[in-house]
Order: sequence, then structure tokens, then C-alpha cells
Amino acid sequence: MIIGLDVGGTHTDAVLLTKQGLLRQIKVPTDRSNLFKTVLTGFNHLLQDIPIGSIKRVVISTTLTTNAIVQKQLNTVGIIVSSGPGIDPEWYRTDAHYHAVAGSIDHRGRERKPLDHKEILAIAKEMKEKDISIIGVIGKFSVRNPTHEIEIQNLLKDQFETIFLGHHVSGNLNFPRRISTVHLNASVYEMHRDFFHAVKNSLEQEGLKIPIQILKADGGTMNLESSMTFPGQTILSGPAASVMGSIAHAPEDMDAMVLDIGGTTTDIAILVDKVPLLEPLGIRRGKYKSLIRSLKTYSRGIGGDSRVRVERGKLRIGPDRLGPAMAFGGPGPTPTDALVFLKKMDTGDHLLAQKGIEAIAQELNISPEATAQAIFKKTCTMILDQARALVHRINTKPVYTVHEFLAGYAINPRQILLLGGPAPYFAEEIEAISGIPTKIIPESAVANAIGAALARTTCEVSLLADTEQGKAMSPEEDFTIKIPPTFSEEDAVETTHDLLRKKALKSGASTEDMAVEIIEYQKFNIVRNFSPRGKIFKVKMQVKPGLIKAYDAVCHHCTINPEI
Amino acid sequence: MLKAAHKTGLVFFPAFDWAIDPTHPEREERLLYTQDQVTEEGIFDIEGIVELKPDLITHQDIQRTHICIPDEETITTESHLISAGGTVAIAKAVMEKRIKRGFALVRPPGHHAMRISHGGRGFCHINMEAIMVEYIRRHYDVKRVAIIDTDCHHGDGTNDIYWHDPDTLFISIHQDGRTLYPGSGFTGELGGPNALGSNLNIPLPPGTATEGYLYVLENTILPAIEAFKPDIIVNSAGQDNHYTDPLTNMKFCAQGYADLTRLLKPDIAVLEGGYAIEGALPYVNLGIILALAGLDYSRVVEPNYNPEKLKQAPHVTEKIKKTVNIINSYWANRHTMREASGKPGSMQERQREIYYDTDNILERQKETIRICRDCGGSFQVESTAMPGFRVMAVHIPQYACPICREKGYEMYENSPRNKYDKIILQDKSQDNYIVSPGN
Repeated sequence: MIIGLDVGGTHTDAVLLTKQGLLRQIKVPTDRSNLFKTVLTGFNHLLQDIPIGSIKRVVISTTLTTNAIVQKQLNTVGIIVSSGPGIDPEWYRTDAHYHAVAGSIDHRGRERKPLDHKEILAIAKEMKEKDISIIGVIGKFSVRNPTHEIEIQNLLKDQFETIFLGHHVSGNLNFPRRISTVHLNASVYEMHRDFFHAVKNSLEQEGLKIPIQILKADGGTMNLESSMTFPGQTILSGPAASVMGSIAHAPEDMDAMVLDIGGTTTDIAILVDKVPLLEPLGIRRGKYKSLIRSLKTYSRGIGGDSRVRVERGKLRIGPDRLGPAMAFGGPGPTPTDALVFLKKMDTGDHLLAQKGIEAIAQELNISPEATAQAIFKKTCTMILDQARALVHRINTKPVYTVHEFLAGYAINPRQILLLGGPAPYFAEEIEAISGIPTKIIPESAVANAIGAALARTTCEVSLLADTEQGKAMSPEEDFTIKIPPTFSEEDAVETTHDLLRKKALKSGASTEDMAVEIIEYQKFNIVRNFSPRGKIFKVKMQVKPGLIKAYDAVCHHCTINPEI
Repeated sequence: MLKAAHKTGLVFFPAFDWAIDPTHPEREERLLYTQDQVTEEGIFDIEGIVELKPDLITHQDIQRTHICIPDEETITTESHLISAGGTVAIAKAVMEKRIKRGFALVRPPGHHAMRISHGGRGFCHINMEAIMVEYIRRHYDVKRVAIIDTDCHHGDGTNDIYWHDPDTLFISIHQDGRTLYPGSGFTGELGGPNALGSNLNIPLPPGTATEGYLYVLENTILPAIEAFKPDIIVNSAGQDNHYTDPLTNMKFCAQGYADLTRLLKPDIAVLEGGYAIEGALPYVNLGIILALAGLDYSRVVEPNYNPEKLKQAPHVTEKIKKTVNIINSYWANRHTMREASGKPGSMQERQREIYYDTDNILERQKETIRICRDCGGSFQVESTAMPGFRVMAVHIPQYACPICREKGYEMYENSPRNKYDKIILQDKSQDNYIVSPGN
């Protein structure tokens, strides 16, 4: 049996799956002040009368990190950056404990300026005096050559409890994002560690012997050990869980749009042949940009509880939420009130909903019926407009080769999958407006927990091979080898594949669930003075997000027998 | 947080799968390190900097600028259409005020491609900036354009296309043609009889350093632009003046490029040449992008930058001052020169030879233009390429006066069909391009 548990901002959903289908599902309120208790409550409900030895897999998705950021409960950590020429690193200052030091590595990974040990030791002393025990070290171009970061680590390893290094977070270039990602990892590390050790110990005491898996923002899982070096990956795993929960119901060989309609927001994602699209570099939310691998999800302030009002004679909906719908005791009219008023929804207080709709109707000077219809239609239209905007953005993304430009695959969704509380009431209208077949995910209310339970372990590896310099490297794997001038395309792909396999197994993947693909491949001839000097190969491979093999049967049963 | 002072758009099209041939300077690797630097700096994450996708231009877009022999299909590749499309994407965004300024980092380059193009010369087949300018003149309310070519090689292609156009101020600064390809661009090359002085060529001696470039900019280029009052300023931003460039002999640097960009304030910059792909381009491009966006670039310095070695010799400074004086006096007298260039209504002829080094073609041209004070003047060009074709091409300018328009059609209709492989009419006043077969 498999357990999937998604700790959301307001509710925690948990499911117990057997090979036959969904055995148990529960929904408990999230206690934000004690997430640990929430998780244990979830487990205890699920496991009543179940022999714990029969549990083969546990996947947890939490808002722990997101919460900590929102509530500004982050650890104070020290940051040392070494930048060399370019934009002033002062722009990326995290807080008072941020220090830019001498030293420079260029775009091909050559040292241009050495580090100054005295300078670094003086900074370390200052940080120690301020009781800083965790630091992050980030160099510009450290993914081309990590020696400076490692040199600083060796210099300071006896003085600090934990040191996070920039080249471990990703093979992607982007110095500012590398800084913010390392800073996030360092500042949530202790909280993440303590929380999951507590969960692990409690479950062990109850007899659970198998390792816990944690859901990441890319819709894949990692084991507890892997999460300790990169705790930031757990951020925004909630939206990823919902997307994973929809995959089983997505069509093959075509594009689909996933709309998770909640109270405050609608999260939008795209599936291509059942595989979710990823952010090219990493999570970005507003001004926050990182190198954290993530599904491309687009969150917009339009949902069942969005604020409805009239501005300059025009109906406006969202992006804010004042509270629940008036029909459920809320302060002002919402799209949900329109649903209740129109009797599309048979829960809630009809009279209260009517009161809200009538107030809007008066301002618009039309009938309450017409008003409710207008609110309902506009909500659907706004959701679809946001979804179309995301598709447009993906399709206008620049490419860098003639081949990609001309081959240019354009996303064209031919199926809409709806999730979330208000989804059932919107499906028909969304299908009518968009002209795209629309279906509601069965067990929509716990699809997120099912998605977490069934997500496979994912990871990504980048390799850069430079035959002129005679080395192939994957800094995030601490991997560097000498290569001969004859090192070929096949060698590059094979080396990357080996690294990826090892990393996936280490993170808890099983061999049967290793769906591997090359996501980037480039080859360049290095020519100086009209004669070839060598070749550069850039290879990036991933285990793509998807569901573990056992999923077919499980989801099939969810669909035909939702009442289990 | 970093925020661009001017909303800046970038098209980045490094054509990672296109080369003239595998070891040619114009090859796949050329923008690789620039891309690495720009990506590592997180340029596309800066608020106010946006990355745009290139458009794909059509053959009609090329026909507004070029007369391609035998046709567009034969002398271009997809990469050319995307590269030119990159400049058009930037220009559209500027015209529609989606961005304030833009930079097209595209390849292949184009500034050696002339109006009549039989193939590749100086790594160029079609002219990216000219195609862009003619695109916006056709689709937006733009007439007067200043094109400042700061590539180290004379922008002879752009110079040729705007030779007879009084509405385009074309200025090229480049290493003296006696010491570098293409061997042209001397101070006396001022444009055709109807546009004298609207083409300024400023040759600089080998060894010109940052101070020399900025001297020319401040003492000739900026005052000329101010007097010309262009609707739009375009910079052909070649990066081969750099002190490490393998093909040239100058002492310019990344800081200098950024200063030049800050002072010139181009609406649109287009990458041209530049072949120091590791030591120069990553830093120069970064400097230009930051300067366009109005961001601090003071720390964009090449790792091997040594100001002592990049000082300008006194005799170089002297030479530059003399050149600036010559150009300024031409500029001051441009109206008088134009008056004296010929009798309105009469015809003037010139003959010349053009060598296509990339494709090894020799072209002979005989050009006849109507002297006109009301427009750029219609002209015909008899062009013979060896090896290649013999054609007659007639050009009617976009803002042609009624008499020149009539004269253009007369030239086209009176061309003896049996003498040529093709007869072409490029009637820009009607946005029309007609090819009729010869013998």
C-alpha cells in the first residue's frame, strides 16, 4: 500500500492506495503552528487497523518551506560570493551577512583571479562572532569550475556546521539565481531537518521501516537524505501534487491544460503526452527567482472566493479574496455566490448569496439573474484567458538554433482537465467557451494527495565536456574526469546517462520507473586561427516527471469506483 | 533590486547550428561564450529587460531592400531570414512602444551586403539593418533614419544601399581602408549627387583607442545626428574594434563600447562583426546591454584589461583630429555640395567593380541616376557578375517625386530585353517588385 499526504495551506489531504484503488481518503485542517502534529494526525487516521508493515511507500508534500518564507521564519545564515567582472554582486545582497570577495573564474572555467584567504578568514571571524553556524558559498561560473567554492569550503569547514555550495544546486548558469537558491537552502535547512527527522522518528516508532519520500516542485520525489542537501526543492510542491494527480487522466499523444480552480487562485499547468512542462531554469514567483527545478505552473488570482465588485460601471473579479462566499458566511459577493444563486450549487445559504448578487445587480442596473450569469461567465472567461496567456508565453519562448526555430513545436491544448472545489460547476461553461473537451478529474478533492503518492523519483544532470581542456564535468554531481581528444557525442551522452542513473538510484528511484530523456544537447567546434582545437559538448538529461508503474490499476479503480 | 532605466528588448539568436563553413570565423561557436556570460549574469531576469523571439522575414521584406540575383531563395539560408527577422522583431517592439530600446544579437551579420546581391561578401548575404529600416518605413510612421555603423570594417553594404537616400544619415567609423577589408570608406565618399553629405565615412588609423572613438563620437557623430533630427537611431554594433580581435588592429575595450552606447543612445542596436569570441564578445555584449538598459556597467572589464597597453599614441590622436575636421567641413557644406552636384533633371553615371570575397564573384556595375532636388532620384544599374548573371535593375525610391517615378518606369520599359538575363523593377513608391525574364 502507498500513502500520499499533501499538507496544504488550509487543508491537509491524505490517501491510502492499494493496488485495487483508493482505500482511504481524509481531509483535516492544517494547523499552521504545528505542521508536525498535522502530519501525524493524517497518518494516524489513515493507518487505523492497517498493519504498518504493508505500507511500501510514503510520499509527503508540505508547505513547510513556503510557510517559513511567508512568515519570515528563516534562519540567519552567512553568504560569501565571488563574482569577477560583470554586474556588481552588491545587487544580490541577501542581508547584512552577505560578503563579496575577490577571485574570478571565467565563462570557460579558467581561473582569472585567485581567492584571498586572509579576506575570507576575516569574514568568517566576523560571522562567527554573530553566531552564524550555516553559510552558503557561491561563485560566478562555479558550474564551469567549482574549485574556488571548494577552496573556501576547505578553508572554513572546521568553523561552520554546514556549508552549502553553489555548484551543487544546478548545472544551469545564472549567478543571481544560484545565490538566492543557496540562500534559501541554507536558511530553511535546520527547520527542514528537524521537521523531517521528527516525522521519521515517530513513524519508525510505529513500526514503519521504509524510507520516506518527499515531493519536489518538479512533481518528482526524493528521499530524506537527498532533501538535506537541497531542502529548497520542497517549495511549491503543492501545485505540483495536483498536476501529478491529473496525469493519469490526461490524453496520450496530445497537449492538455490542467486548471486547478481553488478559492483564491487558479493554478494552470500544461501536459504534453501526459508529461508536465518544466520551467527552463527554475521557480520564479514574482520577484523571487531560483534554480529550483519546477513544473511550469502559473498561479492567478481568480477562484471561487475571488472578490466581486463594480468599478466604473464594470464588473470586476479578483485578484484578491476577502473571505469565503457570502453563502458561507463571508463578507462580500463572490463567484461561488453566483453559483448558489443560480442553483448550480445546492449548498450554502441561498438568501445570503442573493443579497450579495442583488447588491451588484443594483450597481450594474440589471436583473440579479443576469448579474449572476455575468459573474459566472466572466469568471470562466478570465480563467481561460489566463490559461491562454500561459500557452502564448510558452509558444513565444525564444530558441537558439535554426532547426528549433523552424521545427518550433507549438502547444495546442485539446483537452482541459479540471481540479479543485468549484471545478464541477465550471466544467460545462469552460468547455462551451473554449470549445475544448473538458473533464473533471475523478476524486478531484484528493487528486493532489494521489498525485504525491504516485509521483516517481526525478532528477536532472548536466554534463559539459571540453576536449580542448581535456575534461568532462558535472559540478553538481562533484564529477570531473579527464577525457581524450577523441571523446565523442556518444561518450558524452553515455557519461551523462550513467551519472543520471546513479543520482536517481541514490535519491530513491526504482529501475523500472526510470523514464530518461535528453532535454538539451549542443555540440561546438572550438576553432582558433582557422584550425580546429577541440569540441565542446553540452548534454542535459532528466528522469522526467510521471507516475510510478503501479499507477494504471490504481487510477482506473479510482475512476470506476470513487466511493471506496 | 536591479531595474532597467529604459525598458530594453533583446533578441538573442546565436544560430548554434549554422556556419559559413566549419572553421570560418562566422561559425556556430561565435556567440556561445556571450550566451554563457549573459545567462550567468541573469540578464533576462532583470526587471525591464525582456527577451523577444525573432520573426521570420519574407522574400518581400528582402525585396524592399535588395535585388537578389538570381533570387532570394538561392543566396540566403533560413539562418539569414531569422537573423533579419530578429532585427525586425526588435524594431516592431520599439515602434509599438513595447520597449524603449532594443539590441538584436543575431548572426549571420549583414552590413557588407549591398543593394544588388549576387552572393556572400564579407560574411554577409543580406543586410539586416537595411531590411529592418525598410520594414519600419513601410509599416510605421518613420522617414528619417540615422544608421551609425561602429563595426571596425567599413559598412560598405549599408553605405551602398543608402548612397542615394537623403532621408538616411549613414555614418561609418572603421579602421582605415588602406589597412583592412573591404578597402573603402574614405572621407571623400559622401553619397550620390542627390544625397551628398548624408553618407559620412570616418576612417580611423590602426591603434585608435577608446579616447579616439569617443572623440569622433562627441565631435562629429553626435552633432550630425542632432542636426539631422532622425526619427530613429540605429547602431550597427560590430565588436571587432576590440583590442583582442584577430582580424583588426584597434585598442577599443568593453568599457569603451558601453560608454559609446550610453552616449549614442541608439533606439536599436544590431550586432555585426566581432571575432574575439572568448576574450571580447562576452564582455562587450554585456557592456552594451547594460548601457542600453541604463544600468551600471563599471565592473564589466575584460580579465586581461591593461589600460597602460591601451593608450593611444600621439600621432594617432593627431590623425583622428585631422579626419574629424575634414568630415565636419563636409557636413557643414553638405547643402552647397548637393546644389553643385549636377543639373536637376540630367542623368549622371558611375561605373565600378565589386568583389565578393566570401563567394568569389566579381561584379561590374554601370549605374545611371536622375539628378533630383525633390527626392532621392530613380536610377538604373546594369550589373554583370562573373561567374553569374547579367541583369538590369531599376530602383524608384519610396518617397519618389512624380517625375522620378515616371522616369523609373521609362528606364524599366526601355531596357533591351535581349541584353539581360533578367530585368527587375524595385518600385518602392508602390511597394512593388517586378522581375521580367530577359533573353
